[in-house]
Amino acid sequence: MSTQSVANATGSGVDPGRRRFLTLATSGVGAVGVGFVAWPFLASLKPSERAKALGAPVTQDISLLEPGQKLNVAWRGKPVWIVKRTPEMIASLAQVKGELADPENEQPQQPDYIKGDARAIKPEILVMIGSCTHLGCSPTFRPDHPAPEIAANWQGGFYCPCHGSKFDLSGRVYKNVPAPINLKVPPYRFANDTTIVIGEDPVAA
Amino acid sequence: MAIVPNPHKTTGIMGWIDDRFPATKLWKDHLTEYYAPKNFNFWYYFGSLALLVLVNQLITGIWLAMHYKPDAKLAFDSVEYIMRDVPWGNILRYMHSTGASAFFLVVYLHMFRGLLYGSHKKPRELIWIFGCLIYLVLMAEGFCGYVLPWGQMSYWGANVIFNLFGTIPFIGPDLVIWIQGDYIPSDATLSRLFSLHVVFLPFALVGLVVAHLIALHEVGSNNPDGVDIKKFKDPVTHIPLDGIGFHPYYTVKDIVGVCVFLILFVAVICFAPDGGGYLLEKPNFQEANPLVTPEHIAPAWYFGAFYAMLRATPSMFSSALPGVIVMFGAVLILFLLPWLDKNPVKSIRYKGTLTKVTTMVFAADFVMLNYVGLQPPTALFTLLSQIGTIYYFAYFIGLMFFHKFEKSKPVPERVTS
Repeated sequence: MSTQSVANATGSGVDPGRRRFLTLATSGVGAVGVGFVAWPFLASLKPSERAKALGAPVTQDISLLEPGQKLNVAWRGKPVWIVKRTPEMIASLAQVKGELADPENEQPQQPDYIKGDARAIKPEILVMIGSCTHLGCSPTFRPDHPAPEIAANWQGGFYCPCHGSKFDLSGRVYKNVPAPINLKVPPYRFANDTTIVIGEDPVAA
Repeated sequence: MAIVPNPHKTTGIMGWIDDRFPATKLWKDHLTEYYAPKNFNFWYYFGSLALLVLVNQLITGIWLAMHYKPDAKLAFDSVEYIMRDVPWGNILRYMHSTGASAFFLVVYLHMFRGLLYGSHKKPRELIWIFGCLIYLVLMAEGFCGYVLPWGQMSYWGANVIFNLFGTIPFIGPDLVIWIQGDYIPSDATLSRLFSLHVVFLPFALVGLVVAHLIALHEVGSNNPDGVDIKKFKDPVTHIPLDGIGFHPYYTVKDIVGVCVFLILFVAVICFAPDGGGYLLEKPNFQEANPLVTPEHIAPAWYFGAFYAMLRATPSMFSSALPGVIVMFGAVLILFLLPWLDKNPVKSIRYKGTLTKVTTMVFAADFVMLNYVGLQPPTALFTLLSQIGTIYYFAYFIGLMFFHKFEKSKPVPERVTS
């Protein structure tokens, strides 16, 4: 046993103030070190450069899309729907307004250039992220009506099979369903009349 | 207090070891001279059974990891490879998947035992807290393991769970991307869940189990009468009069429980490994597809109650956050039980009618919520889950008051049976 620890054991020759200062100082420096070294661990969990590259915009030709049809495109791995709406479908949007939670698109679930009942750049072409705003399931396209098992006054829309949320044909959410807000409209633009670029805003005119 | 090597003064080979490592001391302190109350009943099987299932999960898990590939392109096929091509691979996987369900079953019964006999009350609060932490880690472990086969239910279940974090105001959406390591659950997500499932969480689980047992052996076991056996000790040996050595008495008793448990466990593995779709769900026999959601997403049965609570809570202020808070609150309120339960009587045997009835209804409520959570969200099931959720929380709050409105029976001085 060294003389120093004998001194410690008996309590003589020890300066408690100096011990406390040294303990606090080393702990403090150590804590800063832990903070710095935590950064690479936490940052490594972010999307990699490859994952970010795979999230780039997607171009889709819609020249073959018939009225009433829905097309699924993957953008950032999420399903994006492109629906060519019939005039009857567009007419239904105004009829269900009273049953919707946010008919006027007040929640920021769409880019600034998406407005009105149609929630689209061209009313007949709906572009929407097909991911339920409740917990991310993909709702089913139910243009058929009447469909009393979904709602008494069903005019066609989207129905989420997971938790029963209902949306109209513009993706606006019904009242009193688990989903709190409307389906999200992604940024998109028309490269020409029949080509959509999903993930990019329109070029300012 | 300084450590004295070889306090039992053994000689020979054991003496040589005991001078250097407390083998005999550990054996005596934790087994032969750990005195447990002599009146343990049926409910006391589930602690040792949980330990048995933990060992089963660790061993089968090590073997499964030898054949499994944590890669979004390979994972599903590697599980099918284990099932079809690896000799006895299907048995190893069924032992692990059935073991996961068995783990939750015995842990739920173990927790209910604690609730019945007041095992969470002073001086055993930390045993209860460690137990709650074990349960929390077990839930994380169950969730990660559920995702690994990368079937449809794995994928969409993971999607729902990750999106729970998306409901947190302001940081939610970015937090989800950070947790997933991608914009959707993907290969990056699968790999990190595999890492957590096989490295971090098992370490944490074993560490917490050790802490749970150290805390238990420090204060001693509770019993169905909820009386303290240390009050009456043999004046010469200082052994509690109502205590018996854990080994051989309870090791032998527990082996009987192990035999019965293993008969049932092996029967499930051999005759009903998918448990009618409750232990292994049918959509999980299809590979994950990010573009198609299964018709009906149900969680694993052992999360049913919490899922029911999530769905029972309507959105408020254009946010699904309240449901998430209720769901996590249902787990976190368990941690507070030692302080919510203000009844001076420990064991249900001597509590009044009100506590007895509400506790039985609580158990039925939990089972009902588990069932409802697995069903499609019809109006009736939503109503049932809302009533069930309110009762669940009301019960815990009620534990603060029940004893004021009932007449307790006198608690005996010593154990009765």
